[in-house]
Formats: sequence, structure tokens, C-alpha cells
Amino acid sequence: MSITIDQINKHFGGFQALKNVSLDIPEGQLTALLGPSGSGKTTLLRIIAGLESSDSGRILFGGDDVSQLHVRDRNIGFVFQHYALFRHLTVAENIAFGLESLPKKQRPSKPEIRQRVAKLLEMIQLPELAKRYPAQLSGGQKQRVALARALATQPRILLLDEPFGALDAKVRKDLRRWLRALHDEYHFTSIFVTHDQEEALELSDQVVVMSQGQVEQVNSPTGLYARPESRFVFDFLGHVNVLSGLVKGQKLVQGDAWVSLPGIRQDQEAQLYLRPHEVQLSRSPAAKARLPLRIEAISLIGSEVRIELAPEGWQSDEIWEIGMSHAEFARQNPTRGELWYAVPDVGHLFVADNVQPRTIDWQYTEAANASNM
Amino acid sequence: MAAQNRRIGDQPWVRRSLIGLALAITLIILVIPVVVIFTQALSTGWSAFAGNDLDEYTLDAIGLTLFVAALTVPLNLVFGTALAWSVTRFRFPGRKLLITLIDIPFAVSPVVAGLLYLLLYGRNGWLGSWLSNYDVQLMFSWPGIVMVTVFVTCPFVARELIPLMQQQGSEEEEAGVVLGASGWRMFRKITLPNIKWALIYGVVLTNARAVGEFGAVSVVSGNVRGETNTLPLHVELLYQDYNIVGAFASASLLAGIAILTLIAKAFVEWRQSRAEHATPEEGGA
Repeated sequence: MSITIDQINKHFGGFQALKNVSLDIPEGQLTALLGPSGSGKTTLLRIIAGLESSDSGRILFGGDDVSQLHVRDRNIGFVFQHYALFRHLTVAENIAFGLESLPKKQRPSKPEIRQRVAKLLEMIQLPELAKRYPAQLSGGQKQRVALARALATQPRILLLDEPFGALDAKVRKDLRRWLRALHDEYHFTSIFVTHDQEEALELSDQVVVMSQGQVEQVNSPTGLYARPESRFVFDFLGHVNVLSGLVKGQKLVQGDAWVSLPGIRQDQEAQLYLRPHEVQLSRSPAAKARLPLRIEAISLIGSEVRIELAPEGWQSDEIWEIGMSHAEFARQNPTRGELWYAVPDVGHLFVADNVQPRTIDWQYTEAANASNM
Repeated sequence: MAAQNRRIGDQPWVRRSLIGLALAITLIILVIPVVVIFTQALSTGWSAFAGNDLDEYTLDAIGLTLFVAALTVPLNLVFGTALAWSVTRFRFPGRKLLITLIDIPFAVSPVVAGLLYLLLYGRNGWLGSWLSNYDVQLMFSWPGIVMVTVFVTCPFVARELIPLMQQQGSEEEEAGVVLGASGWRMFRKITLPNIKWALIYGVVLTNARAVGEFGAVSVVSGNVRGETNTLPLHVELLYQDYNIVGAFASASLLAGIAILTLIAKAFVEWRQSRAEHATPEEGGA
């Protein structure tokens, strides 16, 4: 069932939590609402569920306006951040709760309910815990039970509020994969709220980035990562290295640092955003850029070597981070305290008040220049 | 070295003298008086004790006291639950003020409360004079006693519930409603089991206070023997009649109720802490 969010506004006292939010959630997809705390993502989820009312605007499920429908009649599954399992009921009783709450005519018989619960326990791979109480479960087990409980009445829409927020890294990864598999098997429409960009990019079909009560950008994970449309989305999707300065004679200059900007003629203030994997390190400055940096720290953990650098002879609000393959690292052997030069491959230039960046690909322009010669 | 590893204030002499002091004070101001009540009551033997407590007026006083408690407790049970629900589940202007106002009966001396009710509902009071036109008399009869007792005991249930319900939050209730439960089913199946022990604790305290209330009741009762005399008032009347043994016999009944209350309270506290830490018992299906 598709979900349409139509010009939703919401105030809490003097604070505007949602500003005219409109959004389409396609049927059968897994959509992430991604944003920092206070961006309105949880409020939006609760309004979709009917746990919160909006000041204005409409919510449609599959084309039907459900704005006036009570939460208990919307037939959705909702997974709460802290699971909200009924503490005095057993796991099996928790899962059965939704089925037992159905109106008499639709309610399955007792043996049928027992069967359905057993099947759900099978699905969450915890059949041996049926008689346990929530207090006796681990975080990951609680989360699975919460999911089974939400899915017991076979809702067409599943909403999850920070579903993995309270779990440790290993369990989180397992559960993520498991949820993805479950979603692919049952094809309900799901929306989950998260502040973790990695989780959003890994798990979802579509990511909605939110900031200050507004939708910043909607795209598939790959599209979003390839083409962030604003400074906010850039900052939020992971570390980014920034050179802010003045454009003069097709060069962005600040202190001892400069980067050539072929094709940018106007003299103005600008910021160049470079992501850690879009920059290389070299022992000498290149023709297209001179970005002197001193190595502050080297982290070897993970699939990539992460090098932290501090600007030398120019300024940056945040430390620079550059990623390098282990093979490259072994070949170049950079050491702490050494002076290196950053050489950008691809950059994203924000000029003055323009919201959208302009992507600059030096490899491409160099190749073009070479073929012109 | 060892001395430095010790926690602050954990020197043996500090510990011993503080514990000793606490025990001594408890003994002098709490235990000995209770023991004295029973020894005095029984000073002329069991038969005299029984005779005193089976006296017609004493039986009437016991009856009225239990009657007042039987009305007060359910009233405040409903009121306290409703109040705790509204201040913990809803946000509205004046919510903080309401939480403060609920403590008025704790802050005001019961005598003052009694006088206020007399002023308001007495024959010459604002509401009382209007009511007397319809031949309704609240003061100096049992309705007045019930009214002031309800006033004096109304914070107990709410006070127990508010912190617990605040701490538990409303997520479980929301989960219940999302799963399609009606309001009543949600309250019965989710809220009530979660607050059960705090509620019982509140009831135990309310009952103890309702049975023992003296100040407010003495103002509005009129002390008519056999009609508007509650057990605490009866104790005072007997005492003023120089019937010391009779007074202590009745007082020992009150003390007995108090001891039962303490046992009930200890049991509920034990169940409460067990419910919070370990497995709850089988939910009654």
C-alpha cells in the first residue's frame, strides 16, 4: 500500500516540528527517514501512524485519506524505539495481543491464534522463548519479538522508529540483514526512522533526508550518495573535507592553499567539498591543486586506511580525512608528522548562496585538455 | 592505605554510633508507645478488654469508621487514578500547577481542612445555607465526615501513581492501541497490570489514614455518640471521661489496624520490587 504525505504541518507550542512536508512512499518499498535529532523525522512517522495529529495536511494510504482515522483502525504495524513490549505478558502473549484485540467477527479462534503465534515465533527464530517475559530477553531478542508482534495482524504498512538504535554494532548488523530479508519476502510498505546514515544507505530502497522539519532530498541510496543536493546532505552523509576561500582567476585560494577551477570565471566566495575517497595524497603538489597538510593520525582498522590531516599554512574548521587502500598505504608509507599534498579527483563546489553544488571532475577536464592538445 | 580505601563516613565508630542512635530513637518514640497502648488496654485483663470493645458505643464507632473508609477508599482510588492518568498522559496548561495542588491536603493541617468544610457546607456557610433550604445537612452527620476524610486522603493514590506512570511512559499503551486495542482493553490489559502494586500501596495508605483521621473529622462530626463518633473521636471521648482503660482498649484497635497496614505495606513493597526486578507472576487470563 503506497503512502502519500500531503502538506503536513505540525507545531509543538511555538516550535514548528514539520514545515509543509509532502512525500510519496511507493508501495512495497523500504524507505528511510534520515536526519539529526530534532529534524522532525519521528514526528512525521508518528503522524503517519496516527499517534500524533497534524495541524494541517493529509495522510493517504493507497489513495484513501486516513487523516481522520483513529490509530487503532489504520491497521499498521509499529515498532517502537524501546520496543514497548508488554512487560507483564509473555513473549507469546505479546505477539498474540493484536490478534486478540481484533473485533469478534474477524478474530481467529484460540487454536488458530496459537498456531499463528507459533509461526511468527518460527519466523523470528525464537520458538523456545515463547514463555519468557520481556525482562528476560536480550535487546536483539526484544526487537525481534516487537517485530513479530507488529506483523501478527498482517498489516500492509510497517513503521519503525529507530529500530536498531539501542543495540550493539554486531546485533544491529544481523538484525538489519534479517529485516531486509523479511521485507523482501513479505513486501509490505515500510518506513523506518534513523539518524545513522550508514543504516539508511544500506537498508533502504529510498532515503528521505530531513532537516529542521523539512525534506532536504529524496533519492535512492546510490543517487543520494552520488549527488547530494545541499551542504546539509553532504555534511550528514559522512565526513567531508572543506576548503573555503575566494575564487580568483579560475582558482579557489585560501592562504597557502589553492585549487584550480577550470570554467569558473566569476570572482566570489566559495566552498569546495571533497569526500575522503575523492582525494589522493601525494608527496608533492600537483598542477591542479596545492593543498599542504600534515599527517596527525593514521587508523588502519577496516577495509581502508583512514588518515587524518591538519592544514598547513591555511585553515579548515574541521580536520581533513583521506581514505587510502592498504596496498597504496604500503607503497607510499606515509608517517605521522610528515607534510603531504592532497590531490582532488572529484569535488563539489558551493558558490555564494547557491544551494546546489556544482560537481567538478578534474580527471575528466584533464583528459579533455590532453585530447585538445 | 586501608583507611584511604574506605568510603567517606565509614569509620567503625561513626557507623556504630549512628546505628545506635537510630535504634534508640525508634525505640523511644515509636516502639515503646505502641507497646504501652496494648499493656494499658490489657491492664485489667482480657475480659475487661473485650467488654470495653464490645460496648455498644464502641461498636457503633467501629462501624462508622469502617463505613467511612469503605466509601473513601474507592472514591479516592478512582479519583487518584484519573488524576495520575491525566497529568502523566496529557500535556495541558496548568498541568504542573495541578501536580502541586494535589499536595494541599498534605500541606494543610487537618483541623484547618475541617474548618474550611464547616465554613463552606455548615448551616450558615455559603453552600450549606443553600443546601439547608432543601433540608440537606452535610455537616455534623456522616456525609460531612466522609467529605473531609476524602479531602485529607486524596493525595495518597495519585502520589504513588504519578512517578511510576511517568517513569513507565506511555509507549506500551501506544503499542496496545496501534495493535487495535480499545481504550478499555488497553487500560485493563496494559495500564492496570503495570500500576497494580503501586495502586494497592496507595489504597493501603489511604485506608490507614481514613481510619485514623482525627483533626478534620472532629471539627465536622459534632461527636454524637452512636451516630457521628468515629473510633479516633471515641478514644478521645473515653479519655476525657476518665475511662482510661476503655480509651486504651479502643486505641489498641486503631493500633492493631495500623500494624496490619504495616504488614500489608511491607508485603506490597516486596511484591513491587519483585515485579520490577524479576519475572512477573502468571497474568490471570
